[in-house]
Amino acid sequence: MTLRVTDLAVARGGVPVLDGVSFAVEQGAALILRGPNGAGKTTLLRCIAGLQPPLSGQIDGAEETIAYAGHADGLKAMLSVRENLTFWAQVFGQRDISDALAAYDLEPLQDRLAGTLSAGQKRRLGLARLMVTGRPIWVLDEPTVSLDAAAVGLFAAAVTAHLGAGGTALIATHIDLGLKAHSFDITPFRAKPSQRSGASDEAFL
Amino acid sequence: MIALLRRDLMLAFRAGGGFGLGLAFFLIVTVLVPFSVGPHPDLLGTIAPGVLWLGALLACLLSLDRLLALDYEDGTLDLLATAPLPLEAALSVKALSHWVTTGLPLVLAAPVLGVMLNLAPSGYLWLVASLGLGTPALSVIGTFGAALTVGIKRGGLLMSLLVLPLYVPTLIFGAEAARRGAMGLDATTPLTLLAGITFGTIALMPFASAAVLRMTLR
Repeated sequence: MTLRVTDLAVARGGVPVLDGVSFAVEQGAALILRGPNGAGKTTLLRCIAGLQPPLSGQIDGAEETIAYAGHADGLKAMLSVRENLTFWAQVFGQRDISDALAAYDLEPLQDRLAGTLSAGQKRRLGLARLMVTGRPIWVLDEPTVSLDAAAVGLFAAAVTAHLGAGGTALIATHIDLGLKAHSFDITPFRAKPSQRSGASDEAFL
Repeated sequence: MIALLRRDLMLAFRAGGGFGLGLAFFLIVTVLVPFSVGPHPDLLGTIAPGVLWLGALLACLLSLDRLLALDYEDGTLDLLATAPLPLEAALSVKALSHWVTTGLPLVLAAPVLGVMLNLAPSGYLWLVASLGLGTPALSVIGTFGAALTVGIKRGGLLMSLLVLPLYVPTLIFGAEAARRGAMGLDATTPLTLLAGITFGTIALMPFASAAVLRMTLR
């Protein structure tokens, strides 16, 4: 499954942020998105995940194949680690959560309420959710925020295993994950600030 | 879908889930009405259907704030929007779980509170029937209002203003059915119209809710 983005332009709040972005991620490969804060990484990833429509351009291979992980993990504080993960597994039609628990070393925590976890533990649970989606393309927005070095290692191992199983990953990050992956800097694709387009309603949001 | 319903119900019944908020409000309103109106059994009996319906409607409105806002804040809505479950189905399930935790307890509590308001004996069946038929519409329309205002901080006031006009037909026909039943008149006409509104909103509103939610999420 190849994810291909052709001549994509995206806007945030009615203001174009990126223009003419093209890249492809082959099956079994990962692509690291680079760019300074505010360059449009999150907007680009939300667009690819189908959460917002692009201004122009084309995204191929993204229908029903993407597991998205943004800044928020979608965890419920009053559910236990196991219940949170089981819920997402059921939504995506999967059953087995034991691999995901093991991959992020969450087994000792599985009966704790998610609200009592530390920030890094919550993040690990949020990343474990990707493994229970059964989706081939992972689209990750700064996945290593609040993770310690050991947890980053767990994450890198999980991504490597996913790629080895024929998966694909698109990761926006500022740190070196130690993955064998190409980098893609989106800074040169910044849209000209004078442009203004999009539906009139977006200008008010 | 069943997983989402189970999770929402589980969250509602756990600590801080907000179950019972609407019911408590409903209880307080109907208990206080005899004190504020005064000890006139005939007058209370006359206004009982209207008071019970208004109390139920406001109790529903009170809990709408949390319906989608919590899922929006912790990112669940973003993830649900990328899940294989269609957003229309997800929002229908959300409306259903809101009805089970808010509307259904109101329907069950209404006959008990009818006694306190001196409701005529012939009215109980019609009161329960009209509330049972009408409160699902309140949940479904409320989900639409919640989807419209989900991205707005402190959107509760705006949502009340948007949702209340849409509640008016349900209130008119629901209260009319209960009133006619209490007076011993034929209540089938308002009840049929009420059922029509409810089934119409259940069928159509999820599409509107999902459309506005997609706009709010982007």
